[in-house]
Formats: sequence, C-alpha cells, structure tokens
Amino acid sequence: MLKIAYYPGCSGQGTSLEYDSSTRAVCKALGVELVDVPDWSCCGSTPAHTVNHVLSSALSARNLAQVEVMGMDKVTTPCPSCLTNLRTAAHKMEDPEFKAKSNALLDVPCNNTVDAQSVLQVLAENVDPELIKSKVVKPLTGIKIACYYGCIMNRPPEVMKFDHHENPMAMDNLMALLGAEVVPFPLKVECCGASYGIPRGDIVHKLSGKLLDAGRDVGADAFVTACPLCQMNLDLRQRQINDALRENFRIPVFYYTQLLGYALGIDRAELGFEKLCVDPRLALGRIKQPAQAM
Amino acid sequence: MSYGESLYQFGASVRGGGVSKRSIRYIASPGTSFQSTGRFAVPYRKLGMPMQIFDLATADQGFIAEVEARSHQNVKTCYQCGNCTAGCPYTFAYDYSVSQIMRLVQTGQKDAVLKSRSIWLCGSCQSCTTRCPNKIDVALVMDVCRHMSREAGYATERSVKVFADSFLASVERHGRAYELGLMASYMTRSGRVFTDVDLAPQVLMRGKLPFKPHPIQGREQVARIFERFRKGGKNA
Amino acid sequence: MRIGVFICHCGSNIAGTVDCPSVAATALKYPDVVFSTDTMYACSEPGQDAIIQAVKEKNLDGVVVASCTPRMHEQTFRRAVERAGLNRYMFEMANIREHVSWIGKTKDLNTGKASELVRMAVEKLRRNRPLTAKRFETTKRVLVIGGGVAGIQAALDCADGGQEVVLVEREQSIGGKMAKLDKTFPTVDCSSCVLGPKMVDIAQHPKITLYTCSEVESVGGYVGNFQVTVRRKATYVDWTKCTGCGLCVEKCPSRKHPDPFNENLCNAPSINIPFPQAIPKKAAINPVSCLMLTKGKCGACAKVCPVKCIDFEQKDELVTVDVGAIVVATGYDLFDWHKYPQYGEGRYKDVITSMQYERLLSASGPTGGHVKRPSDGKEPKNVVFIQCVGSRDKSVNRPYCSGFCCMYTAKQAILTKDHIPDSQSYVFYMDIRSPGKLYDEFTRRAMEEYGAQYVRGRVAMIYPKGDKLIVRGADTLAGTQVEVPADLVVLAVGAEAAKGAVQLGEKLRVAPDQYGFFVESHPKLKPVETNTAGVFLAGACQGPKDIPASVGQGSAAAAKVLGLLSKAMLESDPAVSRVNPARCVGCGKCIQTCPFGAIKEVQDRFGNPKAEVIDTVCQGCGICTVTCPQGAIQLEHFTDNQILAEVNALCPPKMFANYE
Repeated sequence: MLKIAYYPGCSGQGTSLEYDSSTRAVCKALGVELVDVPDWSCCGSTPAHTVNHVLSSALSARNLAQVEVMGMDKVTTPCPSCLTNLRTAAHKMEDPEFKAKSNALLDVPCNNTVDAQSVLQVLAENVDPELIKSKVVKPLTGIKIACYYGCIMNRPPEVMKFDHHENPMAMDNLMALLGAEVVPFPLKVECCGASYGIPRGDIVHKLSGKLLDAGRDVGADAFVTACPLCQMNLDLRQRQINDALRENFRIPVFYYTQLLGYALGIDRAELGFEKLCVDPRLALGRIKQPAQAM
Repeated sequence: MSYGESLYQFGASVRGGGVSKRSIRYIASPGTSFQSTGRFAVPYRKLGMPMQIFDLATADQGFIAEVEARSHQNVKTCYQCGNCTAGCPYTFAYDYSVSQIMRLVQTGQKDAVLKSRSIWLCGSCQSCTTRCPNKIDVALVMDVCRHMSREAGYATERSVKVFADSFLASVERHGRAYELGLMASYMTRSGRVFTDVDLAPQVLMRGKLPFKPHPIQGREQVARIFERFRKGGKNA
Repeated sequence: MRIGVFICHCGSNIAGTVDCPSVAATALKYPDVVFSTDTMYACSEPGQDAIIQAVKEKNLDGVVVASCTPRMHEQTFRRAVERAGLNRYMFEMANIREHVSWIGKTKDLNTGKASELVRMAVEKLRRNRPLTAKRFETTKRVLVIGGGVAGIQAALDCADGGQEVVLVEREQSIGGKMAKLDKTFPTVDCSSCVLGPKMVDIAQHPKITLYTCSEVESVGGYVGNFQVTVRRKATYVDWTKCTGCGLCVEKCPSRKHPDPFNENLCNAPSINIPFPQAIPKKAAINPVSCLMLTKGKCGACAKVCPVKCIDFEQKDELVTVDVGAIVVATGYDLFDWHKYPQYGEGRYKDVITSMQYERLLSASGPTGGHVKRPSDGKEPKNVVFIQCVGSRDKSVNRPYCSGFCCMYTAKQAILTKDHIPDSQSYVFYMDIRSPGKLYDEFTRRAMEEYGAQYVRGRVAMIYPKGDKLIVRGADTLAGTQVEVPADLVVLAVGAEAAKGAVQLGEKLRVAPDQYGFFVESHPKLKPVETNTAGVFLAGACQGPKDIPASVGQGSAAAAKVLGLLSKAMLESDPAVSRVNPARCVGCGKCIQTCPFGAIKEVQDRFGNPKAEVIDTVCQGCGICTVTCPQGAIQLEHFTDNQILAEVNALCPPKMFANYE
C-alpha cells in the first residue's frame, strides 16, 4: 500500500470540505494511504507571493519541513494553489542563497528534500488504471463531462512537471476510464479569475463566464475540476455570473474525486454532493444505471 | 449567445452569417465597452486620458537593474512579440497590457510601471510565462513589480491589496486561512461591506464556512515567520 | 638564415593602438633577423613590392609579416614571397590586428604583445623548410545532390559549361519544394510554369544523367577524384520501358496512403506519378501501401500496363560514379508546427501549414485550385495567417529568421483575395522582413490593394467555437489583445535543415551548424565553398533561402566547379602528415582517428604493418600527430619542433629566462 504525506490545504477545512473528504475516501478505496502532515499551516497562497517571495517560500517551507520531520520525501495535496506554492518554494530553494533567506524566517529549517505532487498526479502515476476499472461499480455511462484543469496545475511546465501544459489529459483519461463521455473542452488551462472573486468580482464573472459558455458550447452536462478556487468560482459564483452576464447557466461543477468516488460506489455522505451550489441531481441522473445483472 | 454588447461578441460573420469587412475584435479598445457589473472594464488610460510622453534619456537604469536582479530575468531579451498579451486573460481589466509593462520596464519607466493597475491585477496564471518564445518568466516580472510597487507605497488596485493584507493577517493570527474571519476583515478594511453578501445563504447553508477558526499548535511559529520578515526580510 | 620582418600599420587599424616602428625595432634584435621595417599597408601593391625588393636586396631567405589574420592575406604574401624567388612556405604571418589592436586598448601593452607574436613567428620560420605541392589529374564529371531549383540550376550550368553531370534526387521527381508551390513572389507567376522548362532541360540534356529515387550511399576520394556510391531504390517499375501513360495509376485499388506531394491533404494511389509535370514522368510503387508487396495479392497495375514494365521483384541497385567535384543542394524541410501545443497539435483540422495551403491554391492540387477547408470542404471567408511559426523563437530552438515566410504569406494573402473575392485575410506578424527587389512593394500591395489586415503580434492560442476557430493574439501597436473568428488558419512554418542532412554531411565531411545547415567556408567571401576541397553548397541546405537566392547560389556553385575542373592538373597542399616508418609500430590508432580516411596500412619490406598518409586526401588537421603514441607522425609545416619553438618564444623555459 502506497503511503504518502497529505497536505489538505486551508480551503479543505471550509469552502471545499467535500473535496477533502472525497479525496480521502477515494484514496483509501484505491489503496493510497494519506498521512496528514502534523500541525500543517497555510502555504501563503496567492497573497503571500504577491507580497514577497521569501515570505511566501517560508510559509510553504514550514510545511515541507514538517514532512521532513515525518521522515517522508513526498507530500501530496489536492489543491493546485497549495501545490504551486510548495513546488515553487522548493524550486526557488534550489538556489542556496534563497534557501538561506527562506530558512532565516523559520524556527525549523527546511532541507528541501520533499517532492510535492497533486493527488491527481499520485493517482495517475501510481494507481494501475486496470485496478480502478476493476473497482468501478457504477460506471459514469451517459454523462458528458468537460474536464477543467485550471491555470496553474500544469504551468509553468518547468516547475510543475506533470501532464501537458496546453492540453492536459490526466482527468480526461480518468473520467473516460470511469465510463463518462469526455467532451473536447478547449479552455482546459484558461484562468477562471483565481482569487479575485472578492476584491474584483467582475473579473471572475467575465473569465469564469467564458469557461461556462465554452462548456455549454461543447455540450457538457457537468464540469469536473481539481481546484477548490476554480470550483468555487464556477459553482458558488455561477448565480452571480448569470446576473452579471444576463445568462442562465445551470452547469454543476464536480470535483473529480466526487465522480471517482461515485463510480467506485463510495458512501454518498463522504462525497458531499449536497455541498455543491448548482444542483447536481439532473446531471447525475444522466448516468445510466448499470444492468441488474449478477 | 446572449451577452448583449459584452466582449463575447464575435463580429457579424458569426452572428449573421454574412461577412463583415473586419471581424477582428479588439478586447480593450474604447469601442467595445464592457457592460457587466465590472467597475473598471474599460482601461482607465483610454478614458480620455492624455498620452504620457516618456523621456527615454532619463530611463531609470537602477529600476531596470533591480527588476532584473529580483526576478533573475533579462528583460532585454523581450522582443515585444506580444505573445504574453495575446494569452493574458486579464488584459481586459488592465491599463497597460503585459507586453507594454515589459516595454516600460525595458525603457526604465519606473513610475508608470509601479503606479499601473495591471501589476496588481495579474492573476499569476502563468499563461505568459509558459508561452514566451524568449523563455522570460513574465509572471515573475509582474510579481516583482508588484512587490516594488507595494514597497513604494502604491496600491493602485486598493481592494486587491486589502484582500491580500486581510488574508495574510488571518494566516499570521491563526496559522491557517480562516475564511469567515478573512471576509469580515476584508469588508472592514476595504469599506465594501456588501461584498458577496448574496453568497452568504448558499455558503452558510451548506456548512462551507465554519464559524470558528482551526487554530494550530504551531501558530506562534507561523507568526514568527511574519515577525522576522517584517524585521529584516523586507529586502530579502 | 636571413630573415626580414615587416610590421603593417593597416592604416590606423593596427597603428592606432600599436607602436609599429617600436615593434619593428624590437624585431631586429631577434635571432637571424637581418632586416625589419614598418609599412603602411603590407598587402597593397607598393607594400608587396617593398617585400620583394627587400628579399632581393638583403638576400633574405625568410619573411615574417605582422598584420591581419592569415585567413585574409596569407595567400597574398606567399605569392609575393614566391615572386621574390623564395619557396612560399618560407613565410610566416603574425596576427597583430584581430589578436592585438582590435581587442586591446592600451598602447604599450599592445605593443609588447605584438612584439611577442612577431618573436613567435620568427622562431617558427627559423625551423621552416621549403615544401613543394604535388600535382594530380582530375575527373571531369560533377555530382549534384538534390534536384530542387538550386540543384537543377547548378546541374544545367555545369552541363552547359561542358562538364558531365550526375544529378541525384531522393524523391521520385525533381522539382523540390518549388514544384509544390502555386505561385511565386513578387511577380505572382506560376511556379511550375517557370520551373517546368528547366526540369525538361535536365531530362533532355545530353550531358546530364538523372538518378531519382536515389540517395548517396558513400563518398570516398578527394578533390578532383571522388568515388561516390549511389543507392537507386527499387521503384518496382522498369523505367527503361515505362512511358508514363498513367493507366496503372488510374487502376490502382489501394488509395489509403497519404500523398506526400500534396502534403498529406489527400491520399495517393500506391502506384503513382506525383504530379503532371514530373521529371522523369515515370510511375513508381510505394512499397509501404502496395497490396501486392504487402499482402501478395492484387497486381492490377501489372495487368493494365501496356508495356509490361511492372516488376515486383525489383531490388535496390548500387551505382558507383567517379566525379571531380560535388555540389550539395539538399534544400530544407519545414518546421514541425506540432511543437506549438497552443495551436492545437493537429486536433483542429482547419489549422494547416503554408505548404498545405499552396497545394489548396494550386490548380494541380487536391481541390483543383478551389480553396476548400479540410474539415467540411467549405470555402473559408476569414483566413488567418500566423507568421514566425518555428522562426525567431528560442523556446523551440529556432532563433533564426527563415527569411521567406513574410513574402510567401503576403503572396498567399493576395491569392486568397483572388480566389475568394469576399474573403478577408488577417496576418499576424512580428516584423515584416522584405529586403529584396520589389519585395517591400509587394507586401504593401497585399495590405493596400488586397486589403489584408496586418496585425503586429504573436498568437497565443487557437480554440474552436462552433465551426469557427477563435484565434487569440495581440495587436502590440494598439497595445491590446485581439480575437478573430477564423474559418481557416494558415501557419507560416519556417525552414529547418533537411532530414538526413547531418548524416550526408558526415559522408561528405561537411560540417553542419548547430541547426543542421551546412557551414560554408567563409560567411562573406566563400559562401558556396566548404572546408572540404571540391565540395560546394547551393541553396537552402546552407541556410534558409528564397528561390532567386537559391538559383543564384546554384549558378555560383557551378562557376566554382567549372573553374576547378578547367585546370588540367590540381596541386595538393604539402602541409600534410608524414609518417616516420622507423618509429611507426603499426598500431593503427591514426587510421581509426583520421576523420578523412587519409591514412592507410602498408607493409614494409619485412612485412611489418606501417601507417602511410595519402597526400591528396590528408587535410592537414593534425589529429593523427597527437594520437600517435610513438610520435611517429609529424604534420609538415606544423611539426612538434616548430610549435614548441613558438611556445618557448612566448614563455621561455626557466633556465633560459635571463639568457637574452
């Protein structure tokens, strides 16, 4: 059984509770043991790196150091924003001068020995697709899905080192494996407006609106994302977007772990569909019930 | 399409089937005003503001050198192809496009850069960095300009700065971001007390915002990061 | 020995930062120097006369000139020394311009350095000995590799100049890239109409032998006497009988293989004549797709062929030709645009290359000259051209400008308007590069008369929306982002080195540059020569070039060949390696390391193996001399003693340091 340090990220405690719980559930079901990083703290997210790179690095490095204390060399997080900060910190700390500056802010210095990966990458690279296929009890046959990866999970490729920076396929492949019809969504890596929802809602309305429009264009019943911020902008703010753009989008936005959990037959309570703002029942209803054989 | 006059309009050739003489669409030109709830959808610079004349001879060489040193990028390698601007999703909200910011840095126009709105609105989505033919980390240059702008005491896009400040204050206090507290703090500091109140019922009903922060044992450690940063790390 | 030293001012080039009279005065103290002077321009006629006069009057038997690089004037001075009655190898040159005056600013330091370089030259000259070149005959025949427009021109000019020519072409027909083009800029005349007659001339010229479907297998020998083996690939058609009637092409049932001549826009039959003007107009079978050759059943072509020329048993054939000179005209390939994932990596059918667009415009193309987009066959109205795809882009390792894309894009924009009057073209460009006769006027016409909308900026992404492709780019002149809903997107792909160029270069001993283009001997003054004597370059194999430049180079290379072969005898450079048989132990290491195959194994009279240098093949590179564990090989004119004397002059051994 693969054992790996787990960094849930702050939003997993609040706005994306369902992402955290479904991630834990699917990992367990697929034989990936997540060990929480003890007493983890915030990575600093976008605000930190917009203020200062050393501060941002130190906030992330504290957590990398916590992983080192666990005696592990790999940490996984569901959140691409956390992932970017952890990986960027590690990338910048390859410069010894920078590393010294960053460590000067910390109680416990970070040796920079930990590799951070997204949960998606861990699942894509460490779990045999045949195993997933064999565990599917409710195939997603009948639902049309647009996979939206967000802007920073694969970019810049020199830092993120996973999948493709213009046309990532990890979620597409996973969803197809589960039996869903994956529609060719052209704006997989376009920005949704990121953390500007609060200070500049208009920006998010425009950018996320464009994504919803493109999703509707390709006939998607639902979006699948791997990012709490993307999910929040597309789902929670969908009504705001409709008001702002005089639109009437009603496209549910799932975390990929929710649909993966659904297909694996995991208890609905752990998947948190009820936490989604746009009612997912119509979309879920498109999934054909498996034949009553066996 | 039902965006009215919004920027999603693709010209007559798409809508009517006929061919317009010119179906190219200028994202931020004055003719295509953005009529959503957006407050500053049309670039400020273009709202009848007179042009600014730059004196190239007085280019601030120190500024160019500082941006290059802090970003580890050679801005002279930029040949102004505009690929960053072409990919940037935020262009519609900017006062200077990304490639123009790069140009202003190249020509040492410190004031214009540090006072610009664009550097505050960059979402660090890495589109520019990923596609730059000269392999310049453009998003990093934007980031560094924002740092310098902040240090110089500017905050042209004040709400963005206030949000970042509120977020970091929350992290400093609790060790983790406490979303509800962050919202309250942001509303107080920015004076925009009605921000996203429309979302409150949805969020609270679904239990998405816990009423209490999750304090962690190491929060003093985190607080000390900020403390040390303020003491000496400013120019780090 | 009596040595004369001449210190050149080169106007102010050297004298500006070097005290030339002082260097001359210092030189007079060096051993064996009996005469020393400074001169304004040593290379000028009076300058050379002064050298000759000094040799005669002072009875000199060696001359040192301190001036510019030997690449510039070594030949000049060697000839002058020869006119004065000395052996041309009793001359040495010290480079005090590129190595001193141009790179240092401090006059006294420069003067000291110049004096030391002169001292080195004197010490070497003291150990020089007269050398005499060997003379040999040449084969009066030329090999031209590549049947594009550059190779065609070179072949015709050589043949018209009286030499026999063997033209080798990899594809089934000659014509190269130009044969695929619809029109040419800036005259907009029909490409195949202007090229066709030249292709016919190739076929009919009594002095030209044409091998198509053929590649150079190996090259041996040296200037004047190359032996080249050519592999003539099996076409499965007996070309001595084939009349090019085309019946087999019509009847072939296997048509599922893409047609490379039409840039894979359509499929081709497995037995095919690539285009109507093909030379030679003969059919050939594609062994990858032919049913008979892959599955063993069919043979429809053999049944219909009126002259019974189909031969499924045909094998590759090796032909050896002796030639005196070789012209390389292997052309270029188009950049693989799939390296730009933001342009869809092939997911969008209506994103095509400029060469594919040429085929859509061409009357002999897959759509008969009616522009129809690949996805649904509709006539496009909004056509977007994206320039610099694979040019001027460090991120894809193509930092160079391909040079011709600006022009062909303007041409295609003009042709688009001609073909579809209610269309609108958009051209995304970074800079317009049109420095040729009538070129800039041509691009202006595209904008002013044909209304092409030129937008200065790159394109960041293309994505589909309905049946349109949204092209998102920048207009850096307006300072903002722009979007165009396109029906068709044409990528102006740049040029890169032809596939296989590096391997061919190895056979010919012609070095490729870092991008795979062949390196000329001198970028300004020897543009069609290579560093291997007798091998010349023409066209885009040396670097991206348009048609007029390629044709010009084809003729230039032919002039070089004709000049070379017009001599009854050639002289070989005597600065070659010499084996001392007494020291040689016959280990063979030199044979392995020699990059030119210039050393062979022989047996002495006791039957012991010994190395022997083939004078005419040796290029004097010196690798063997440092390889030989016995020190048995010395390079004439650059012996160990000569080089060590130079080193000692520069840094005297300690025990002699104060021994002035």
